[in-house]
Amino acid sequence: MRRAISKKFFYPVLVIFFSMIMVMMPPYVSPYTIILLNSIFMYIVLTVSWALFSGPTHYLSLASAAFFGIGIYVSAILGDKLPLLVVIGLGGFISFLLALLVGLSSLRLRGMYFTIFTFGLSELIRHSVQWWEVNRTGTVGRWVIGVDHTTVYYIMLAILLITLVVAYILKHSKYGLALLSIGESEEAADHIGINVNAMKIITFAISTFFMGTTGAIMATRWTYIDPSIAFNPLFSFMPVLMAIFGGIGHIFGQILGASVLTLLADVLLTKFPYYYMLLYGMILVIVVLFLPKGLTGLKEEVKKWQEGRSFK
Amino acid sequence: MRILEGEGVRKNFGGLAAIAEVSFHINQGEILGLIGPNGAGKTTLFNLISGSLAPTAGIIRFKGENITGMKPHQICKRGMARTFQLVKLFGNMTVLQNILLGSLFGTPKSILQSDAVNDSSKLLEIVGLSGMGTILAKDLTIVNQKRLEVARALATKPELLLLDEFMAGLTPTEVSLAIELIKKIRDRGITVFMIEHVMKAMMSVSDRIIVLHYGEKIAEGIPDEIATNPIVIEIYLGA
Amino acid sequence: MLEVNKINTFHGKIRALWDISLTIAEKEIVSFVGGNGAGKTTMLYTISGILHPTSGTMEFLGKRIDGMSPHQIVKMGICFVQEGGKPFPDMTVQENLEMGAYIRETWRNKEEMLEHVYNTFPLLKQRVGQLARTLSGGERQMLAMGRGLMSRPRLCMFDEPSYGLAPLLVKIFFVSIKTLREQGMTILLVEQNVRQALEISDRAYVLENGRVVLEGRSGQLLQNDHVKKAYLGL
Repeated sequence: MRRAISKKFFYPVLVIFFSMIMVMMPPYVSPYTIILLNSIFMYIVLTVSWALFSGPTHYLSLASAAFFGIGIYVSAILGDKLPLLVVIGLGGFISFLLALLVGLSSLRLRGMYFTIFTFGLSELIRHSVQWWEVNRTGTVGRWVIGVDHTTVYYIMLAILLITLVVAYILKHSKYGLALLSIGESEEAADHIGINVNAMKIITFAISTFFMGTTGAIMATRWTYIDPSIAFNPLFSFMPVLMAIFGGIGHIFGQILGASVLTLLADVLLTKFPYYYMLLYGMILVIVVLFLPKGLTGLKEEVKKWQEGRSFK
Repeated sequence: MRILEGEGVRKNFGGLAAIAEVSFHINQGEILGLIGPNGAGKTTLFNLISGSLAPTAGIIRFKGENITGMKPHQICKRGMARTFQLVKLFGNMTVLQNILLGSLFGTPKSILQSDAVNDSSKLLEIVGLSGMGTILAKDLTIVNQKRLEVARALATKPELLLLDEFMAGLTPTEVSLAIELIKKIRDRGITVFMIEHVMKAMMSVSDRIIVLHYGEKIAEGIPDEIATNPIVIEIYLGA
Repeated sequence: MLEVNKINTFHGKIRALWDISLTIAEKEIVSFVGGNGAGKTTMLYTISGILHPTSGTMEFLGKRIDGMSPHQIVKMGICFVQEGGKPFPDMTVQENLEMGAYIRETWRNKEEMLEHVYNTFPLLKQRVGQLARTLSGGERQMLAMGRGLMSRPRLCMFDEPSYGLAPLLVKIFFVSIKTLREQGMTILLVEQNVRQALEISDRAYVLENGRVVLEGRSGQLLQNDHVKKAYLGL
């Protein structure tokens, strides 16, 4: 918690620098770049907000798709009735409320059981929405009011910066430390005065707020959505992979993982349209095998390899 | 004043009574010992008192307030702390961070981070871990891990400290040092309730001792009485 | 029976054992004593094959065992009862004990050994069908000791067997150590309870910071000034 002055200001300064560049970029780059950056921003937010809770507590949630999807649906249903920013806020808020409910109902679950519960819940929501749409509304999909890419860009950038600020402040506050302690020993944490249940639920809900807002704004680029698009389980798995790939312990690692993998997917898709999934999967496997701490662990691993000794 | 009281405390697991109608009390400022054969329910009793488990029946009062069924963090903020039989430290955090968390969250009123850091550093010295603040908790020896757990518990400014087999695995010399630490804690006005199998410590430091057997309290008294109690000798101490 | 010659073992980059040499003869009870972090458990880990020494040799019954994997060492007749026992939590007491006989199992022997273990630890007999996870700390310790005995070892190594045991059980345990020796077993004890370890063993090695600083007949070590001051609290 106590760092040398230079290190403490390094990341904030870096982020401010990059955001200034990002803010000024749109007029100078192609629409394709803007769309790509929107995707990258989206995945960074999903990854960082997922890691907000699941990182320190080790409660691996696979429900990100549910909250992202709710944001998308809020946009689809209310997008033409309310101003854009209100819709985005509602997307986050409704996700937050649902997350409180989910948290309360899964309190006693640990480890693998929690993970499977969150995954099942996500699927349940997907099927429920599907049933509702088919039986009550009469349609499966919905049209979403489109919004131009540049507006999406600025809104996503704003959400991204807010998410990073919140994640950073939380991590370096006493609550961040408390979350880590919950991941180490919940019983001990409870016994030193940390309200473990409240902290788990609230942190989980906060993380889903950002997922919901992201869903609400990103929905506008799809123009047509249905439950299998909105609640695609891939949106639950990708943040986990990206966090592990980049280095789950550091916000910088989460950003790196999300950016690199999104870019990689895009590059592979355009260059090797037939093999891209295979190559993508292989790269993931190789990195996770050799760098268990992700990309940010690279420095450490190189040092260890140089020193040579290990415990058999 | 009775700082802790239990009346008719019972805990059933399925059909089995792990604790059966146990009543006990601790007077403020004393050191109360808890002994009994393995499996008698000693740690279970601690779990009921500290809030890890809720009793099936009975009442537990702390400083006059009914704390039956309260959660551990609520009880902690009211002034009770404990250590665990199998040390539960935050292994991947530093020694100082472990203690700091106790300081930051364990008291009813929140305190400034700088004050918390100061208090934590002082506690490091008291338990004998000076200079080890930046070591990861998991890299400490078992003895030091136990000391850290005590420091972390003390950081929550308790009035009652529950120690669960603090002396297990210590050499006789280390036991003497541990006894000194417990006396230091008592001298700071903290009441101590301790489970122990190390008789040397138990007898020399406790004011009173209670004995559990199959979940029931079978004896209570000053160390000399307990050491010569024939039932206790038969089921626990050996000849 | 067991000869260890100048072994060095590392934990990652840190050397835990420095040129340790010791011998144990058949039917001896030998104890390692020393403070925490002295290297006693590391010594047991090395003999049992969990850790491999980076130099030096170890011989058991004339065969080289350094470099062998743990299950091979168990097959040779060395059993290691770890600190705290570590029984299989979701198996019953009986199942845990039966697992102990896995390597040397024959039906006839298994029943006989079970009988013997239950006689030595009657508390286990009371809890036969109970899941190990529901046992108290001391009971788990007992279970692990029983499980170790099931493989009919020639050499049995105990890491802090008295840890968390009620005084009565500690006494019973140390008595059963003597019984085991009469039955032909050789025993290696690592203990914090220095007095008791020295009282029951024939010989002892005192370890400090990974080195043997004293060795000799236990009776003499009990009288040794350094031992008295540093370990016996006198």
